[in-house]
Amino acid sequence: MPNSATAGGFLLVLAIVLPISGVLLSLVLGGRHAERITLIVMPAVLAVALAIAAAVWRTHNVLQYFVGNWNPPLGVALRADGLSATMMVTAAVLICGIGLFARGQFPSPQQSELRAPLVFWTLLLAIWGALNAVFIGGDLFNLYVALELLTFAAVPLVSLDGRAETLAAALRYLLFALLGSILYLLGAVLLYGAYGTLDIVLLSGRIHAGPVAWVAISLMTTGLLAKAALYPFHLWLPPAHAGAPAPASAILSGLVVKAPFFLVIRLWFDIMPRMPEPAAAQVLGILGTAAILVGSLVALRQVRLKLLIAYSTVAQIGYLFLMFPLAIKPEMGHPWHTTAWTGGVLQAISHAFAKAAMFMAAGLIAEALGHDRIAGLSGIGRALPITVFAFALGGVSLMGLPPSGGFVAKAMLLTAAVAEGQWWWAVVVLVGGLLAGGYVFLVLARALADASQPLTLLSPISPSRQAVVVALAVCAVLLGFIPLRPLELLQIGRPDIAVGGMK
Amino acid sequence: MAFDTGLAVLVLGVAVWTLAAHDTFAAVIGFVTYGLLLALVWVRLAAPDVALTEAAIGSGVTGGLLLGASTRLRRAEIQAAGEKPGATLRFAAVVLCTLVSAGLAAIVLLLPEPAPTLAPQAAASMAATGLGNPVTAVLMAYRAIDTLLETVVLLLALVGIWSLAPDGVWGGFPGRRHQADSEGVLTFVAQLLVPIGILVGIYIFWVGSVAPGGEFQGATILAAMWILVMMAGLVDAPPVSRRWLRLLLIAGPAVFFAIGLAGFAIAGAFLAYPVDYAKLLIVTIEIPVTLSIAVTLALLVAGPPERAPK
Amino acid sequence: MSDATLFGLCGAVLVGLGLFGLIVHPQPLRKILAFNLVGGGVFLLFGAVARRGAAAGFRGDPVPHALIITGIVVAFAATALAIALLLRLFREAGRGTLGSDG
Repeated sequence: MPNSATAGGFLLVLAIVLPISGVLLSLVLGGRHAERITLIVMPAVLAVALAIAAAVWRTHNVLQYFVGNWNPPLGVALRADGLSATMMVTAAVLICGIGLFARGQFPSPQQSELRAPLVFWTLLLAIWGALNAVFIGGDLFNLYVALELLTFAAVPLVSLDGRAETLAAALRYLLFALLGSILYLLGAVLLYGAYGTLDIVLLSGRIHAGPVAWVAISLMTTGLLAKAALYPFHLWLPPAHAGAPAPASAILSGLVVKAPFFLVIRLWFDIMPRMPEPAAAQVLGILGTAAILVGSLVALRQVRLKLLIAYSTVAQIGYLFLMFPLAIKPEMGHPWHTTAWTGGVLQAISHAFAKAAMFMAAGLIAEALGHDRIAGLSGIGRALPITVFAFALGGVSLMGLPPSGGFVAKAMLLTAAVAEGQWWWAVVVLVGGLLAGGYVFLVLARALADASQPLTLLSPISPSRQAVVVALAVCAVLLGFIPLRPLELLQIGRPDIAVGGMK
Repeated sequence: MAFDTGLAVLVLGVAVWTLAAHDTFAAVIGFVTYGLLLALVWVRLAAPDVALTEAAIGSGVTGGLLLGASTRLRRAEIQAAGEKPGATLRFAAVVLCTLVSAGLAAIVLLLPEPAPTLAPQAAASMAATGLGNPVTAVLMAYRAIDTLLETVVLLLALVGIWSLAPDGVWGGFPGRRHQADSEGVLTFVAQLLVPIGILVGIYIFWVGSVAPGGEFQGATILAAMWILVMMAGLVDAPPVSRRWLRLLLIAGPAVFFAIGLAGFAIAGAFLAYPVDYAKLLIVTIEIPVTLSIAVTLALLVAGPPERAPK
Repeated sequence: MSDATLFGLCGAVLVGLGLFGLIVHPQPLRKILAFNLVGGGVFLLFGAVARRGAAAGFRGDPVPHALIITGIVVAFAATALAIALLLRLFREAGRGTLGSDG
């Protein structure tokens, strides 16, 4: 494929450069301007993400860029296929929403620089740049650096309030993330040792089934699973996501935890298609099932709202990995089963919107009540109806009720499971939906109940912040109007097409 | 060969001691020794650039950081040592780790012969970069985007560390104030060593374009000199809200991005260099990057602000 | 046995040793030490790969060397962040463990 050093390629570079430039500017101009800089950068990067998606759609091809005009294997390539473009637009819309919401929580100080606003806005931009780098990275080591960038930007947000329990949660998160990255790097080292390149497209052409490839892929997958908090590596997630401030929890559960999942997709569907192994995919499905069951059951027992939502994230991540046994086909050359593929990606996107809305709603409720105990939520439905409505919409998507993105995603996974004769996954999806319904209704029943005494809110909650939360929840619902068949945009750039183009 | 085998056994022995030592301080000393031995291994593996980096960063600065931490955490470490996991977990861990090591060892023996390598391509393209050191060519030309992102990673780690400051002392001075003792050994060593160290650091950075060395190794030596001067109490760490400090920190990544973007206009791609000016541009990037990395590394060791700004 | 293979095996053992320390030690500072051991092992493996790739007048493949240097710097940054978190946790809570272990 020719080097698109045209508008297409330039956009890929901008997607990383713009947010990082925002980080540098915020640091040098000082914390009083960090919020303003973010608000200027947000629409710019959103426009870039939309432009990339438009370019991918228009050309029906992968956007490719060789950095520095050095061709792989010596140089590093950036590539945006349909999946990358979709994730980038999702990230852009979500971060714009989170940024608007967070203006009320981390306003710019008038006098001197304050710690929390500077750190929050700088790290939000850094997470955005890192996410874009993960979504368009075409080289395994470049992706390693992007993953580390993401970890270093995400971890301090967990301990932003400086309490002992969030510090411990942040440290545990960091240790798990570091273990994950080093295992990932170890696998990449072995792949380079065997095939002499770290470029994803070149590797897909050179790789063949054998002990080296298997050990390398297993190590990399294990490392990425630890970063994605898939069972049994999930212990770090609930305290970390529950302890972070609400807008940070939204981005952590919504996107940061999806980046390693995205890379597992790249590994299994882009590098490995010539070495099919449906048995290994079943292992991922089993771990996903365990995550759904454990996450949902523990969520039902939670006393605090934010912890319940965090355990729900553990469960919903399990759905993502059900995609693997359903989308891998045993025959060579056709490694994806389109319906399951679309379902898995749609689950990632709709969960991002729904979970972000739920965390932000929980944040508003906690600001209003001064606590987030579920037992003490009575009456909040009357006091903050819009917020609770947004929470309910998010819950609808988690449960998989129509109309919502969650429904479409789970319906696709169900269809694929039944069509392929792997009916056991269909059972898992249904049971998971029931359990999700359990914990969502647990909260809503409390919230909609009448309070014994009239509720006084600790602080007024601005309607604009509530509007942002509802808007994001509505996005999750709007995804439900996607027709129940594979999305063409997501199929652009699947490996069968890409491999033929490289020399 | 016998020397190499002995070296490998020694490295493993020190590693085991680092793991098994009861006292954390002893474990850290073992770690620093292990790092220096590793640097020797890198020399034996014909990787002088890596040896310099391992000695300076992997063993030197990391060791200093760990030593400082282990003294401050001494009480907590003793108390935590009682929470050792049970026998079943230890046994399972032994089995797992033995399997992992055995598997990796088998892979090492199964790697293909002849080994795939990018050395010929790296050699062939070096003329276009005007450099004489192939590792620098990889870092600053072929895979410049990795190096660029890496400088941002360092900066973010610093922001993360700063975020741990209590709100009241935000913008203040990192670390404790060390008092200068004009009769003291540390002050004497600092006054003697630092000017030499700065020259050595600049030299190692400068020579990196044609010989082993480069910006990371040079920057680490410069950072170590600044750390030494701060620890000896000759200067105080600057308050983190100072504009000039922030400018120094971002200068490297900013210039790197700027020249990279200029590459669109003058050479046709992001981070591309026109052949005639390649070496000039690379050095123009490396100077502020070395400064920024030196400042960042020193501040990473200094820690979050602990004293309020004036 | 070439020196590349020898040190590659050394790296393999280091990875296992470090992983053991990471799992078994309850003190976070020892976990951080163990993580650095794993990192060192991974870099040694990469170095063995680089040594095997000696060609074109170079005694080792320069690409892995550059990536190892990047890795060492990133590992240091990670250690610095982890230690800062640990020290702050100790100041806040007076204890130096993570509570329920990870």
